[in-house]
Amino acid sequence: MPGAFPTFVAMATATRTPPSPGGQTTPRTSPRATPPPRPRRGGLLRTLWGSTLGKKAVMAVSGLVMLAYLVAHMLGNLKVFFGPADMNGYAHWLRTIGEPVLHHEWFLWGVRVVLLAAVVLHGVCAWQLSRRDLAARPVAYRHRRHRASYATRTMRWGGIILALFLVWHLLDLTTGTVNPRGQAEHPYENIVTGFGTWYTNVIYCVAMLAVGLHVQHGFWSAAQTLGVTRPGLARLCKGGATVLAVVLTAGFLSVPLGVMTGLVE
Amino acid sequence: MNLTLRIWRQPGAEAPGKMVTYKVEDISPDMSFLEMLDTLNETLTERGEEPVAFDHDCREGICGACGMVIDGRAHGPERTTTCQLHMRHFADGDTVDIEPWRAAAFPVVRDLVVDRSAFDRVVGAGGYITAPTGSAPEAHATAVPKPAADAAFAHAECIGCGACVAACPNGSAMLFTSAKVNHLNVLPQGAPERESRVLDMVEQMDVEGFGGCTLAGECATACPKGIPMPSIAAMNREYLRAAAKR
Repeated sequence: MPGAFPTFVAMATATRTPPSPGGQTTPRTSPRATPPPRPRRGGLLRTLWGSTLGKKAVMAVSGLVMLAYLVAHMLGNLKVFFGPADMNGYAHWLRTIGEPVLHHEWFLWGVRVVLLAAVVLHGVCAWQLSRRDLAARPVAYRHRRHRASYATRTMRWGGIILALFLVWHLLDLTTGTVNPRGQAEHPYENIVTGFGTWYTNVIYCVAMLAVGLHVQHGFWSAAQTLGVTRPGLARLCKGGATVLAVVLTAGFLSVPLGVMTGLVE
Repeated sequence: MNLTLRIWRQPGAEAPGKMVTYKVEDISPDMSFLEMLDTLNETLTERGEEPVAFDHDCREGICGACGMVIDGRAHGPERTTTCQLHMRHFADGDTVDIEPWRAAAFPVVRDLVVDRSAFDRVVGAGGYITAPTGSAPEAHATAVPKPAADAAFAHAECIGCGACVAACPNGSAMLFTSAKVNHLNVLPQGAPERESRVLDMVEQMDVEGFGGCTLAGECATACPKGIPMPSIAAMNREYLRAAAKR
């Protein structure tokens, strides 16, 4: 830094003279007292990815993307109560959205790509942040005490359960690999056959309860991570989290319960 | 009152520690928790044993020096500092567990004393304003809106005791850092460094090895000064705003 020394001398002298009115901003501290300017790394994305707050924001946004999809998915599922023609017709329509601008199934594949990105980002951030969190509290208290809510405490295990369920769910009703019937273009029949087996019901019901718990804490957390501070809006988000969780769980559970009770056959 | 205490004893930073049981007799319900420990230490000294090391200074709840985890709760059963906790909140014959703050960023120095200089480095990274020193500035030169002054004061109540970190299941310093960031960021005097302050303090907080926030809310419950949870959301907002502006 050529010419740095005279500047520092001028700055040091300036501490003893009052700033001239209307003059330029006068450096007021001696160079020794001022810590060196911190190196600024990269842009927005690198800043976010490099910090715990930024990764939480990534988790919040990817979580909200998945949540929006879940709401649409749950509402679409309710078509099952209107019979095979409605359900299968709806499933077929999903593949034709955007035609003729988009090719057959392109919209669906677009959604799948976005969801895959959201799942991967959410999972990677959760993994990295959890490892950090566990390392930050290496010694547990001898006097144990559980204060946080059940939903808060089960976020990590709940997330793992949901990831495993996702694999099962895709193999069951998307590819039909583990579905007893697994016939493409016939989702209604696959659903009825699938929920005719006890293990599918157990897996599905456990996962849907996990979704409810995850959404209840997750939605409220996302709001705070993204900086919702206005008291009215914050209350709305907190209440909304519970409503969303209950509605989603009830809506999703209505399908296997409908099959089990014979309402859907 | 007679109490049975189980206290974490650790002779040094590298030495292994363990819980040791002590009986303390004839405790007055009017004693503070620290005075009760003083009584124990007098007995230990008379017996020729090492007294229990713990941090304390003002003993009136304003300095933030004292702090220990009592029965799994930072500063014990009452929402105050350990020095302002009185023995009337315990019953005769109770067994009380006393442990140091537990966090990777707060290594144990000895017994119940932990090294909290990580907090100093977080504050050093941005918990200041640029102002001319010397003669006091004209009081009306910078108008401060009343709500901003109130918000700044509420956050300035943080005494940096570390209870938030001790109570957090992730050993996170989010409540502390948010109190310091918001305290200055809401004021016009803090405006010049508004962005760099939050970015630098959060970066330092991460460097020190504190965990992240999972919104468990334990910190705000433990805070003897009542720094509220929305303080964290406010810092998140400041952080995202600053990251977008840089």
